[in-house]
Amino acid sequence: MSITYLEAIRAAQARAMEEDPSVFIYGQDVGKFGGAFKATKNLALDYPGRVLDAPISEDAMVGAAIGAAMAGMRPIIEMQFADFSITGFNQIVNNAATQFWRTNIPCPITIRLPAGGTSGGGPFHSQSLEAIYSHYPGLIVMTPATVEDAYSMLLEAVSIDDPVIFCEHKYLYYHLKADRLPTEAMPAGKARIARSGRDMTIVAYSAMVHEALAVAEELATEGIEVEVVDLRTVKPLDTDTIVASVARTGRLLVVGEAWPWGGVTAEVIARVATEGFGLLDAPPQRLNAKDTPVPYHPNLWAAHRPTARSIAIAARNLLRL
Amino acid sequence: MVQVVDEVSVFRDTYLKAYRGMLLARVLDDKFASLYRAGKIHGGVFLGRGQEALSAACGYCLRKGDIFAPLIRDAAGRIAFGEPIIEAIRTYLGSSLGIMRGREGNVHRGNPKNGYLPMISHLGAMISVVNGRLLADRFKGQRTTVGLSTIGEGATSTGSFHEAINQAAVEKLPLILVVANNQYAYSTPNERQFACEDLVDRALGYGVEGHSVQGNDLNKCLQVLQQAVGRAREGFGPQLVVAKLLRLCGHGEHDDASYVDPRLKSEAFAQDCIKLAEESMLRERWADRTQLDIWRQQAIMEVEETVARVQREPAPDPYGAEWQALSTPRMIDGGHENI
Repeated sequence: MSITYLEAIRAAQARAMEEDPSVFIYGQDVGKFGGAFKATKNLALDYPGRVLDAPISEDAMVGAAIGAAMAGMRPIIEMQFADFSITGFNQIVNNAATQFWRTNIPCPITIRLPAGGTSGGGPFHSQSLEAIYSHYPGLIVMTPATVEDAYSMLLEAVSIDDPVIFCEHKYLYYHLKADRLPTEAMPAGKARIARSGRDMTIVAYSAMVHEALAVAEELATEGIEVEVVDLRTVKPLDTDTIVASVARTGRLLVVGEAWPWGGVTAEVIARVATEGFGLLDAPPQRLNAKDTPVPYHPNLWAAHRPTARSIAIAARNLLRL
Repeated sequence: MVQVVDEVSVFRDTYLKAYRGMLLARVLDDKFASLYRAGKIHGGVFLGRGQEALSAACGYCLRKGDIFAPLIRDAAGRIAFGEPIIEAIRTYLGSSLGIMRGREGNVHRGNPKNGYLPMISHLGAMISVVNGRLLADRFKGQRTTVGLSTIGEGATSTGSFHEAINQAAVEKLPLILVVANNQYAYSTPNERQFACEDLVDRALGYGVEGHSVQGNDLNKCLQVLQQAVGRAREGFGPQLVVAKLLRLCGHGEHDDASYVDPRLKSEAFAQDCIKLAEESMLRERWADRTQLDIWRQQAIMEVEETVARVQREPAPDPYGAEWQALSTPRMIDGGHENI
């Protein structure tokens, strides 16, 4: 018996609906069809009237979630792809994210973003948008890397009284399996040491955690011990865990699948440089996707985003600095 | 006969109440304009001059428990929905005691707890929020509430408007969407805004019921809004109300509205709704000149006294402020102290 990352997301939604009658799901094709990725498979049957198909109207989907939340509901919005959330961007960043600040009334909505690249996805089905949402005050941005976190963090997202952008990586949907669902979990907002090491720290999140772990495995055979920090949430960013890791290793490489300008990797380096400059034995490094739209062909795509291969090269270079 | 007399008297009472709300809104707006010119208001001032009849009718046709999402020219509707004028003044003057606590200004105010939704500047965005509030009521089995959102003709060009009215139609929600076609979106005239003959024709395309009204005629506005709100409440789905009128001021008080075509000003729909209502009341002998003067003086007194009170209230304190955009303290991002 094993459960995939995708099944964990479905199971978390089922449990949230089971435990709280104010939870409902709204998104394109989420009802009888079960969603483009089947993340809501059978939920419309199990919870009649609470899994609603939406017209192709991301702006109105988020707006309706905001209004429903005002009346005590806890909506989960499924964006069909993270890329399409941009047509609901105004409602997310200007309405939902500002509401508590303006009115003192919280806005408990969860927006699920099937994010990140897969082979053949191309420019408009591959984006990683955690940085742009993190830029706005009033949003929590989660980027689970494991089956356990996909499950427990989604449950936590629904229970939190603020808007949560839940970035679930499409590449992990089917590739990642666990033996069972977790019975206990680290709280969101805390980073996790995914692997301990003394020679350098690689900070990563979402699918890049697994690329980083592969690199740590590879370098271990050469006697190099890499510590891998899984951010879990990128906003809030657990600076303490990152700086503590750098204090142990003295070297920092930050890896993200998103575009390079600004963003999560830049933020991590800015904080370490500001708060832990004296801990660094070498200039901190970062690795991102190339500064172009995400390409379609697998050959181009593999070269566009960081992979275990390019991370290993960056890690070896950092050890020589 | 007795029945008819009763109906007339009920309508007269509603009319007089609505007129007094319009008058209070006009006096309040005039005060905001003078405070603005005196440099007492931070940022812009946006008036509802010329739109009071329509706006008041919107507010008075709703009842407790209904949802109201007003826009910038709804001073009268906000009063009619039950907002005390002190909240308008506190928001304009940035009082820390106001519902927006100096965090938002001018017309960007509301109280979601009371079904009174605070607008954001992005036009059309609040319509789907009303839809969501109505969906929540449906989930809870409350099927008697309705939601009313007001917008201008300019907002009908937004994607948000299209998405939201279509969404309401698909879900058959009791939404009343009131479009005040005041001829100009800031300075842009209708012919640069849309190409259809009449915006109400769009109702058919969306599969909703449509209503037209001359927006400066309080009598007609009350009748049409009562009808539209009633249809929504009875389960006939979304209602699109398109009112024709003229904005009798600039977009904001910084704007002299010199672009308004002078020929428009002589049109019937361009006449001042307050004057028309007063003439109508005199004609019907529902009030005489003395009574009108008393009401005006009462409105002026109420506005002046409330402004004086708010001017003595504390401004927000930046050092004591809670700089938190989230309600969950453990999820607040730290680490910006040194950056």
